Parts: sequence; structure tokens; C-alpha cells
Amino acid sequence: MAGQIFAYIRFKDGVPDDSALELVAAAKKIAADASVSALVVGSGVDAVCNEVVSSYQEVWKIDSDALAYPNAEMIRKALINILPKDCILLVPHDTFGMDLSPGLSIKMDSAFVADAVDFEGLEGDTLKVIRQEYGGAVTTHVNCDISAGAVINVRPGSFPADESKAAGGAVVDKSGEAGDMAAGRRYLETVAAEVGDVDITKEDVLVSIGRGIEDEDNIEIADDLAEAMGAVVSCSRPIVDAKWLEKSRQVGTSGQTVKPKVYLACGISGSFQHLGGLKGNPFVVAINKNPKAPIFQIADVGIEADILDFLPELTDAISEQ
Amino acid sequence: MEILVCVKRVPDTAENEIEVNSDGTDIERDDLVYSVNEWDNYAVEEAIQIKDNVGGSVTVVSVGDEESEEVVRREMAMGADNGILLSDDAFEGSDGKGVASLLKAAVEKGKYDLILTGAQADDGAAQVGGMLAAMLDLPYASLVNKIEMIDDQKIKVGREIEGGNQEMNEIDLPCVLSIQTGINEPRYVGIRGIRKVASVEIPVHGAGDLGVTADSVGDAGAKVKRLDYFMPELGEGAEMLEGSTEEIVEKLIELLKAKGGLK
Repeated sequence: MAGQIFAYIRFKDGVPDDSALELVAAAKKIAADASVSALVVGSGVDAVCNEVVSSYQEVWKIDSDALAYPNAEMIRKALINILPKDCILLVPHDTFGMDLSPGLSIKMDSAFVADAVDFEGLEGDTLKVIRQEYGGAVTTHVNCDISAGAVINVRPGSFPADESKAAGGAVVDKSGEAGDMAAGRRYLETVAAEVGDVDITKEDVLVSIGRGIEDEDNIEIADDLAEAMGAVVSCSRPIVDAKWLEKSRQVGTSGQTVKPKVYLACGISGSFQHLGGLKGNPFVVAINKNPKAPIFQIADVGIEADILDFLPELTDAISEQ
Repeated sequence: MEILVCVKRVPDTAENEIEVNSDGTDIERDDLVYSVNEWDNYAVEEAIQIKDNVGGSVTVVSVGDEESEEVVRREMAMGADNGILLSDDAFEGSDGKGVASLLKAAVEKGKYDLILTGAQADDGAAQVGGMLAAMLDLPYASLVNKIEMIDDQKIKVGREIEGGNQEMNEIDLPCVLSIQTGINEPRYVGIRGIRKVASVEIPVHGAGDLGVTADSVGDAGAKVKRLDYFMPELGEGAEMLEGSTEEIVEKLIELLKAKGGLK
């Protein structure tokens, strides 16, 4: 196979992201005996390096005051200078990975695969990758030629964390080799999400609506059900894009992370971005008129029905009790 | 401001149930309704709004077969000034890098201050914008949900990051941005708008016009190739409630009571 495997470590406030140990498992799935190294890039990163050093052969760090905020445009320049040309780099497919990786693969002249959910073996220089299309409606096998290296974005949560801590490596300081990182894009500030009239992250029961609600006027159907149940209405992304509900009601990686006891997914197809915001193993009821909607794969109970017909029936029955 | 927007014709997932075909070589294409990729439509709307504010022009470009002309024309009906179609048998089977290199050739035939793509399309890869920026050596920002003009050298952009937060950046022009849904409210395109641009000529550029060699794009140039489509064997999935609506409602209420879903 090609060269070494690297895993890009995402972290916040000195704590590595869950993906840090998931990428160990992902790398082992590519090649069980591969030497896997971590990349830790930022400002004041020693604590993060110490956290992951037992899980990786080596931890390469770039520590620079200029990287106090992870600006992908700057980090890409540094990585081009330190990474071996034919390496495989695994990056979490999050808002940073989407920013960093496609351009990095061009600059490294290596292959790029986005949003890998699994690997199915390496034959010679051909890596077989599994990914999804159409918001998870269909799955595909993809062959990736890694002879000149590859950058692969891996979907967070798709591999179990490897807790074995079996590597016990060393931290290698690569800061001196990072070179000039000045970029045409400069980070200014982070604007925190607006706080809405309800806090869906604190609710035990959510009636969550998606595209299946079809029209803004139909939202009262969900409001009525939520009222009857003593629940609160949340939603998936298209409802917020259409400006039918405020952003603070959105469940998903780009919205709120919720931990309800019961989650009614009404007319929601169940993209991984949506499910990424659903934690704490709730009891999930999916109601969708498409029997093949991905949401039925993760739901506990499913009902094949048009929510516009079904929800009012449910509301009436609950109200009568 | 001279703006180029890259758009793609895709099956409309709001109108279709996407399924694998019988031999797994493709999705089931019979009776599919196609439209412009949702993210791209927001990008075109944003470009038109910028043009309306500061002047300039909006050009829409698409890589695809001749049927992609209809989405270019639709975006012109929205208010884009020019349309370009990049089409050639040699482009078939292009991976993300192949598509980006075709768009790079199209960019270099013009002079643009701002290049927009949708954040992602039907394959969910979110890759072409970032690749295009790297090929052109231009600054890049992905998942952009806000654009503010500063001057003719730079603009301010907001990126949608985790948790609904917004990362604000200053970025030098020219640059490439990938646009996230929700940045604006795309205008409705009526039949009259479509009629107005029905006879506008949309130039078609092939490999020769773009100066790309056939083996650098298409299937021949692709390092990443889709082998098949399939439905994975997943765990048990949901227990489907069957019966009349009344029976289903009754069962569901029992379950909700048991799980603490009814107060």
C-alpha cells in the first residue's frame, strides 16, 4: 500500500473530539497493521497531544499562536509542508473537514473521498470505500486509487471509538516545518446561535417535523399534537431554511443537539446531519409516507403514513383520553 | 462585481423517492423529476442579490449532458445574465477533481471577482468548490450563510458551523465560496420568466474549447470511481405498526405512555 496513515484530531477547549478515537478504528479498517499517526494543529496543544498519544504511533503537532482559531485556509498550507506526499490522511467530515480537505487533496495531488462511512478492504493501491448519496437514501461502493496518497473525510460516528490505547507513541514537534501560513481568509469572530423562545435541548418529548409537513400552514397540526402530548415542536433543516420555524428549533449538527426521552420524527427522512443532533438513545417513533426513508432504519417504531392525515388522528385520540 | 455560479442538474429529492435499480448499476431513473441542485439555487439567488446591490453580472455554468441546459436556462430566468454549458462525451464519469478542472478551465475563459458553488449536491461530497479554489489558488470558504460587501478588495462571509453558530471571516477577492441553504429566500420562477429566456443562446464548450485533454477528465482521469449502488444490510430497523389508522393510533399511544411520551 501507499504510505503512512494520519488522523486529523479535532478538539475544543483542550479536549479531543469523539472522532479522535473513531479515526483509530477507521485506520485499522483500512489496514490492520498500519502505522497510524495523529495530527494535532492549533495553539497550546500539549494537553490534546497528551490525551491522544497513547492511541497513536506518533503525534505530530503544529503549535502556533497564529492558529488559536482553526482557520482551514492556514492549516492547509501548513499540512502541505509537513505531510509525506503519498500518505493517507483521515479527517472528520464536519464543517472543518469540508473546509480543509477538498483543496488539500488538490495541493497534495492525491485522491479525495468525502463522507466515508466504512472501508471494505485494500487491494494493491485500490481502497474500497462505502459512502452514501441522496441524503442517505442509497449506499455506494467507491474505488479510490491511493497510489499517490489520499485525503479521506470520515463521517463522525460511523466507526466505534477504539479505546485500546495500544499504541503509546511519542509527540513530534513539526511546528518549525509549517512554513508561511498567511492566507486570504482571516477569522474575525464566532457569532453564537440565537436563543429562541423554547430550549429544545431541555425537553423530554419532541414532536419534530420535516419536509413532510409540506406547507407553513400545516405546522399547526404539529403544534396541536405537541400541546396534546405536553411536548414541544422541533424540526429538521428544510423547515428552518424555509423560515417556517426559527433556527433554535432545528435538531442536527448545524442546529441543536437534543437528548429527549421520546422523539417523534414526523415527515423527516433522517439524514446523518439531522441524526447527528439526536443523542441519549431516545425512543424514536418515525412517521413517514415513504417506507424506504432512512429514518426507519434507526427508529424504534415506524408508521408508514402521511403525517398530514395521521397526526390529527393521533391528536384527537390523545385529547379524548 | 462579476460573479460566476456553478450549478448542477440533479434528481429532485423532494419530488422523488430515490431507489437502487434492479442490477445496482444506478438509481432508478424512470419517472425521475430533475431540478437544479437546491444549494446551487440559493447560490444563484445570492449572486443576483449582490449584483442588484453593487452592479456587475451573473453567469451560470453547468457541467453535464445537453439536458443540463434546462437548469442553466431556469437560473437565467431567475435573473442570471449569461449561461454556459460544459458538455462533452469525454466528461462522463468525471470525479470531483475532474468536474473542478472543467470549471477551472471555464473560469479562466472569463474574469470573475466571485465564484459561487452550492455547498453540496446529490452525492453529498461537498468537494467541488474547495477543489476549484485550490486549482485557481484563490481563497475559499465553505458552508457560507452570510455575505457582506466591504469594498472591491474584500468581503465579509459567515460560515455555518456546528451548533448553529456562525464563523465570521474576512476574505480577499477574487475568491470561491460554497453556499449553504437558508442564506436567502430564492425567488420563484414563473412560466413567464422561463419564456423570456427560452430563445437565449447558451454556448456549449467541449474538451477542445476548454483546452482540457480527454484523459485528464471523465472516467479516464478519475481516481475515485463509483462501482455500484446498494441497500446495506442494517440491523432490524423500526418495528412497523400495522393495521387500521385507529389500531395504529391505539398501539402508539400505549407505547408513548410506556416510554414517558405522554404527560
